[in-house]
Amino acid sequence: MADKSTGTNEKSGMSRRTFIKNSGLVAGGLVGGGLFGGLLTNQFQKKPELAAFSDEKISGGLQEARVFINRAEDFKILSAATERLFPKDDVGPGAIELGVPYFIDKQLAGEWGMNAKEYMKGPFITNIQAAGNHNNSGNQDSQGPNAATQVPTPTPRYQSILNRGEIFTLGLRRIDQVSQEDFGARFVDLAPEKQDEVLRMFEEDKVELKGVGSSNFFYMLLQVTIEGAYADPVYGGNKDMMGWKMKEYPGPRMSYLDTIEAEEFIVMEPESLRNYQGH
Amino acid sequence: MVIKLDKVDVVVVGTGWAGGVVSAELSKAGYKVVALERGKNVTREDYIGVKDELRYTDRYEMMQNLASETITSRNYIDETALPVRTRKEVMVGTDLGGGSVHWAGATYRWKPYDFEIRSKTIERYGEKKIPADMTIQDWGITYDEMEPYYDRWEKTAGISGEPDPIGDMRSSDYPNPPMKSSPAVNLFMETTKKMGYHPYRVPSGNLSQPYTNPDGEKMNQCMFCSFCSHYGCDFGAKSDPLVTVLPTAMKTGNFEARTGAYVRRVLYNDGKATGVLYTDVMTGEEFEQPADVVVLAAFTFTNNRLLLLSKIGQPYDPKTRTGVIGRNFNAQFNITFLGARGYFKDKKFNYYMGAGALGATLSDFAGDNFDHSNVDFINGGGIELRQYGDGAIATNHVPKGTPGWGEEFKKNSVYYANRSLVVWYTMATMSYWHNFLDLDPMYTDSFNDPLLRVTYKYTDQDRNMAKFGIEKSREIMEAMGADIVDEDEVPEEFDHIYDGMHYAGGVIMGTDPATSAVNNYLQMWDVNNLFVVGASAFPQFAGHHPTATVGALAYRASEGIVNYLKNGGQLVKGEQKSHSI
Repeated sequence: MADKSTGTNEKSGMSRRTFIKNSGLVAGGLVGGGLFGGLLTNQFQKKPELAAFSDEKISGGLQEARVFINRAEDFKILSAATERLFPKDDVGPGAIELGVPYFIDKQLAGEWGMNAKEYMKGPFITNIQAAGNHNNSGNQDSQGPNAATQVPTPTPRYQSILNRGEIFTLGLRRIDQVSQEDFGARFVDLAPEKQDEVLRMFEEDKVELKGVGSSNFFYMLLQVTIEGAYADPVYGGNKDMMGWKMKEYPGPRMSYLDTIEAEEFIVMEPESLRNYQGH
Repeated sequence: MVIKLDKVDVVVVGTGWAGGVVSAELSKAGYKVVALERGKNVTREDYIGVKDELRYTDRYEMMQNLASETITSRNYIDETALPVRTRKEVMVGTDLGGGSVHWAGATYRWKPYDFEIRSKTIERYGEKKIPADMTIQDWGITYDEMEPYYDRWEKTAGISGEPDPIGDMRSSDYPNPPMKSSPAVNLFMETTKKMGYHPYRVPSGNLSQPYTNPDGEKMNQCMFCSFCSHYGCDFGAKSDPLVTVLPTAMKTGNFEARTGAYVRRVLYNDGKATGVLYTDVMTGEEFEQPADVVVLAAFTFTNNRLLLLSKIGQPYDPKTRTGVIGRNFNAQFNITFLGARGYFKDKKFNYYMGAGALGATLSDFAGDNFDHSNVDFINGGGIELRQYGDGAIATNHVPKGTPGWGEEFKKNSVYYANRSLVVWYTMATMSYWHNFLDLDPMYTDSFNDPLLRVTYKYTDQDRNMAKFGIEKSREIMEAMGADIVDEDEVPEEFDHIYDGMHYAGGVIMGTDPATSAVNNYLQMWDVNNLFVVGASAFPQFAGHHPTATVGALAYRASEGIVNYLKNGGQLVKGEQKSHSI
């Protein structure tokens, strides 16, 4: 595949082994000279046996059970939808292989799904288009001082009495309903192009959803799908750091002091929070 | 029943840069200071192992819990404002150190022009250059008067940088040299230099070397780990109140930071503030903390809301355009950070590495550094390239025309993950009579107190300046050699997303008590022992990041408070100006 070409300035002079050796030196410097050296020593000094805990072994299948979505049917719709948003292809694994549906299920069961830290007092204006101040045209990708560090999905104004968990339950079932009404089959049985058409109807706000705009649901689904592909594996997605490997993202690191000036692109074997925190 | 506590010399609401500096200076001067913080008590240890993009950047772990309180927002005065319900739509700092802990670290001084904008604009272009609806005003202080305070704050914070080659008078260099650079930053520097501009490295609160500040606080050297903006620094290498002014205050023995203390009213009697009323969020108990001087040094929203709830100062009324509290709300929203993104087909950058303020900038199109005779706006902004160190969730930039999801999106987002750079214009926002803050008539917080309501719309000034900045950014990005350059689009209207933390005004400083709430010591005109410190004092927003100015104003205010405690009275005489607003 043409896109795989890494260009002329791909890393050349530095092997992974060299880098690890160098970063070891950096860590040594920190501990010796750092103000918080004592505090950080335990965090920064990895025990050699940690290597034995590969993420493959700890993630396993044990985390792959639903804790929010009750009906297996709903979960299948979710899985099929996320796979269309982030499909498996020659670039790398898709949403299902990355564990995105389980990631989303866990997110829905927690603070985000329950809107624990959002303002949920009434009155609620559900028809905000009519109220004149609905806005989902903006793409956060190109807006705001934090744009470069945010998920590039539009942010529709949230004015629903429903929390995200409720919106997902409603939205997933509506996806199936629209599939049957307009395309004559369950969503999971539709051809991929037809599935895309259904999803596009939600994206373009063409579907009536009680209590919330269908594009609100769609953009939340898109946001959380991208998060599931690339968040730290501790949350159940980005299985075996495959999302990071695909993007050549190294995971959280303590220091790039020695490499920040490097001209060549440096590929590192990713590390997760588990490696970072140590146990 | 309210429990009345022992009186202290000074009670400070908020523990960010504003409250932190005031706390340090007043306790150093020998006064008993209590600072009240509604958030948690946090230390450096809370930030070890925070390198978690989902939890901090996407789920806003360090931001205010909106369940109990948010703001409401509308564009027009006749609209019903709706609550800003999610943390994706509004970011407000919380916990000890406040928003100053998760800042990126970019540190700019504002210009002589910014402090005297009305006079200087009229002087150079005539009165007609200022649109009738625009309510910009001079600060009542000049750059020359601000300079020593900027200098003090930069030394306290250990700022690492180099002077702006076309910048203004400095009494001394930055205390630390610029940070290490990176190929992307170098490319911006070299390209813009060739174009005849005057680039320089972004002055940074991410330290370039170990440093001990004049108060004896030690900071470490930045490791470029990428986790600055939205995060607390786990290495003590980003300057914030937790490693500087709060420990300084603590060492004096005169200072107490009381966390979980949610201040609900400033108590006021007979022209004097007598203290504050707060609720302990752990127990629900109500306390009165009496003090000789009350300092509101919370976030802009909170400073305004506390004054309005406490009925102190005349609230601004847009219909008559009189009153001062809530007047001239101004901010940097999405329109103020537009530019151009470049995609490099055959060049990769280590863009996962970086630091919040690692970058370069130029001031050739900032303030009044260029002739505005033939442009349809006043003021300007910096042009920046920053290498924050992007996380994996965030790096999904795709050239225009790519669908927002699906196979093509995935292919392009993965391919360009380390191949795209952005240049943007950090432009100024001017104040207007129709952009203001007041109390919402419908929505309330968990104590049933009204929420603060924001009324804000973009103007032609904003849109014209944004267009100008996008054009300049595109030219730079093209010259940098990007294969594809995508311009940002200028939005029609403000979208109610408050994600940048740069909100200001409402309790603005000036020379005329009819059009300003505080004098140039941040002392309220009509309440001598009440000081309101922070970005709430900005009469309008300059074209650069605000933190250094907040820090400098806090030093100015501290001087005023000490003066007041010694001598009492109004520190500045108000002047009545005749010009209409």
